[in-house]
Amino acid sequence: MTQTFMLDGLAIPFEEGQTIMEAAIAAGHYIPHLCYHPDFTPYGSCKLCNVEVNGKICAACTFPAREGQTVVSESLERNSDRQRITQMLFVEGNHFCPSCEKSGNCQLQGVAYHLKMTDDHFNHQFPHREIDASHPDILIDFNRCIFCALCVRASQEEDGKDVFAISGRGINKRLIINSDSGQLRDSELTVNDRATHICPTGAIVIKHTAYQVPIGDRQYDHQSISEVSMEQDGNVS
Amino acid sequence: MTDKIRIATTSLAGCFGCHMSFLDIDERLLELIQHVEFDRSPLTDIEHCGPCDIGLIEGGVCNSENVHVLREFREHCKILVAVGACAINGGLPAMRNFVPLEDCLNESYMTGIGIENPQIPNDPELPLLLDKVRPIHEIVKIDYFLPGCPPSADVFWKFLTDLLAGQEPSLTYELLRYD
Repeated sequence: MTQTFMLDGLAIPFEEGQTIMEAAIAAGHYIPHLCYHPDFTPYGSCKLCNVEVNGKICAACTFPAREGQTVVSESLERNSDRQRITQMLFVEGNHFCPSCEKSGNCQLQGVAYHLKMTDDHFNHQFPHREIDASHPDILIDFNRCIFCALCVRASQEEDGKDVFAISGRGINKRLIINSDSGQLRDSELTVNDRATHICPTGAIVIKHTAYQVPIGDRQYDHQSISEVSMEQDGNVS
Repeated sequence: MTDKIRIATTSLAGCFGCHMSFLDIDERLLELIQHVEFDRSPLTDIEHCGPCDIGLIEGGVCNSENVHVLREFREHCKILVAVGACAINGGLPAMRNFVPLEDCLNESYMTGIGIENPQIPNDPELPLLLDKVRPIHEIVKIDYFLPGCPPSADVFWKFLTDLLAGQEPSLTYELLRYD
């Protein structure tokens, strides 16, 4: 007999070992997320996928599905928290959408649209961060990094290279590059690596490819990330 | 006296692009003007804001005059609206926040290419620059935010017609854009 848990009042079937996120996606239900990707080990850092499991708040991407659980995701409380978390991501970095080549295809922006975020609420920190343009094909703008560690995981788990790491804690957290100089040009990263293509924001971008898709034809111009995510993540898992 | 809704507008550290986009409602201006009249605004040249129903603020806050104007609007407007990316997060002008102000002034007025008679402007009439460009919600309470660079004419129209109809303004998915 199939095991199920309840997600926002709907019975969701799951297989032993699946997380709440995996079961929800398999059943066609979107739970907002940024650091989760079906191809890589769950990381549980962005907290956008926080849901209430039997009244306690858990990250859906790491919490195992269990028979009889009552899970709440689409509530005013959860989505209000998600909006605040997204606003924190915006003010802790430097996310100037009008001048960013990822605009329209950016998952951070897509999640913010989905959550109907119109402002940043908090005071902006305007942190001073550098750009690494040393690599001939790839550019890193650390201003746009949200520390999801997808590039770290993609480089380790798929490319077998270990190019990236997250260093430091709290407000001093930063993305670092594994090379003697600390610069991207001296790392093993190539334009065909999965890590080059996995960034949900405009932090890692491929040079000479910007603004090729006109406004109106970009990923999230007409389609919400909730639909795009179901098409993409649903196909992978 | 009139029972028309009174609107004031201003551009602080902005480029007037949001005002231009507002004017892009085109012939709908004729319908709008049946219901509203403009107080202080670049459209009227009225110098100070009187009691208003709605204040539309374009641009962030980059100098002392911006702060005074913003506070004048807050004092006189029942509903204050942050219009566009610069008002909401500082936008393009805030990209100077990563360069010390002294370096900005030196580059612009002392050491930059093609400068003759180098001197940093210090006329007492000039408002003092702030060390950083700030979004307006960090200075005064803001009631609504219209994102976009600029917000499209349809965003202005949807927002104002919602308010004029007495309903809570809301933007559709297609109208909510940060670029």
